[in-house]
Amino acid sequence: MKNFQKYIGIIIPLLVIAGLLLYPAITGKAAARETAFTILKAIALASSLNILLGYTGYVSFGHIVFFGFGGYVGFYLLSTQGMSLWISILAGGLSSGILAFLLGKAILRLRGAYFALATIGVNEAMRAFINNFDLFGGPTGITLNFKAYLAYGGAAKALEMSFYVVGALAVLAIILSYIIRTSKFGLGLLAIRENEDAAEVMGVFAPDAKTWAYVLSAIIPGMIGVLFFFKNGNVEPHDAFPLHASIELLVMVMLGGQGTVLGPILGAFAYQGMRGYLVTSDFFKDIQLSVSGALLLIIVLFIPAGAIGWLRQRNAILRRVLA
Amino acid sequence: MQQISLLLASLPDGILLGFVYGVAAMGLTLIWGVMNVINLSHGPIIALGMFGTYLIFFKLGLNPYLGLFLVAPLGLLLGILIYVVAVHRVINAPHLSSLLATFSVNMIIIGLGTAAFTTSPYNVDFNMGSVSLGSTTLLGTRLIAALAAVIATGSLYLFLYRTRPGKYIRAVANNRSAAELMGIPSSRILALSFGLGTMLAAISGALIATFFPFSILSGGGYELKSFVIGVLGGLGNPVGALIGGLTLGVLEAVIPAFMETSWVPVIEFGLFILVLLVRPNGLFGAKQ
Repeated sequence: MKNFQKYIGIIIPLLVIAGLLLYPAITGKAAARETAFTILKAIALASSLNILLGYTGYVSFGHIVFFGFGGYVGFYLLSTQGMSLWISILAGGLSSGILAFLLGKAILRLRGAYFALATIGVNEAMRAFINNFDLFGGPTGITLNFKAYLAYGGAAKALEMSFYVVGALAVLAIILSYIIRTSKFGLGLLAIRENEDAAEVMGVFAPDAKTWAYVLSAIIPGMIGVLFFFKNGNVEPHDAFPLHASIELLVMVMLGGQGTVLGPILGAFAYQGMRGYLVTSDFFKDIQLSVSGALLLIIVLFIPAGAIGWLRQRNAILRRVLA
Repeated sequence: MQQISLLLASLPDGILLGFVYGVAAMGLTLIWGVMNVINLSHGPIIALGMFGTYLIFFKLGLNPYLGLFLVAPLGLLLGILIYVVAVHRVINAPHLSSLLATFSVNMIIIGLGTAAFTTSPYNVDFNMGSVSLGSTTLLGTRLIAALAAVIATGSLYLFLYRTRPGKYIRAVANNRSAAELMGIPSSRILALSFGLGTMLAAISGALIATFFPFSILSGGGYELKSFVIGVLGGLGNPVGALIGGLTLGVLEAVIPAFMETSWVPVIEFGLFILVLLVRPNGLFGAKQ
């Protein structure tokens, strides 16, 4: 019982993932698997962003650049070099991590809004560059030869497998997020968030800690990118670096509660659910963006800590249960 | 040789366009300078300015340049409204809050705009003739737009340095609490500054609409350009924004003479990141 209480902060998130993974099998509908895939992808991306945004307090407006860049590198190896999906996914994660390391050395010196602007610039520069990069197919991108799916038992089997792989990546993202949250390294990040100068005085070497937080938050988006483009069968600059998707991730993290393990999961769930409802509803579908915007505004203005943060502030028991 | 004649043909156009970019960026940089808020609803407001020109020209049958006198006050009022509803509560909060608050305004405007105008492109066919200078031809619409941009800049300068509310704005930008102690109603001044920023965005949109096709989504590109220009000229420095706008206009005219046009954004954003890293206060020395 005692152990159970100690690890409840990770058990609840993992139960959510398990539920999502079983959901399509229970309902038996193909559409359910698509929905669950989107939510799991959002959970993995939002949890990764949370490492930088929630723990370290740096606002990355262009986090999707790692999804796109890693995805491009992995997809190139997969489709043009004929490597296996597993090696490509690892390569995607690795290349995103390296990109984050190099970028982090440079732009993490900027603080506040300057950092946010720089991340937008990085995303746009990368998109424009890939658009001109002939090795990656330029503006038309790369298309996967349909035969590539045969190695995984045909297209239908490959789709089903991608679903379980995205689940595994989501679990990985959550475990990573939890380990960082409860480690000394994570404590250093939280100190940087509260006051970077004071944290340095207390012995946190901020430049290194920030860079590693940036790298750790970039690896899983890169892996997800490869998997996502593998599932779609093609990649284009336009799909790989959508700035609005970066901001959607920020919204998810804010919605659920930044700096908590469960928050991004809940936020991803709520945001995708709401979006699915608004897009299909007759009444809202024309103005769904306005409705999402108005909801976001209300949350930013009145519940800045997000749902989990708000609950934690209210109740001592919840504070122990919700990591 | 061919490149030089190409340059001579495109350079004046780039400079004229640069003035209009400058006005858009000035709106962004004014808001940043006064209240340290990056206005992510800048792009949609530029787009609203474009549709302002469209509606005035086609529905009211007015000359688009006369229409500016209608677009400007509406832009000002919209900005004040946005400030009161979305920005005032988060003005002292961390940057993430104000970024997301203005972004939610962005989503609201785009959503309503899409419902009203769809996302298909519009065009205002408006011809002011052209002026030939040797081998180059200048479109009348762009000449007038550049002139209007210069007038808007001049008026802003006069307003900030010669009038009482303008001096209040500069005082609040300098030190809000000290300004408040001197009896300046700082909240109202912040609302006014935000309104002026969106007014400039709307004016630039209204001018751009006279020579480029546009849709409700086209503001986004100009918003990104405004970021680049603002950083080049130093965020918070209106005159720097104008110089930055000219720089960007010239770059856009010069680069295609040497490499493919699709490289323009790579160079623009590369320069943007470089300037942020090396001289975050801008190439033209903003006051800090």
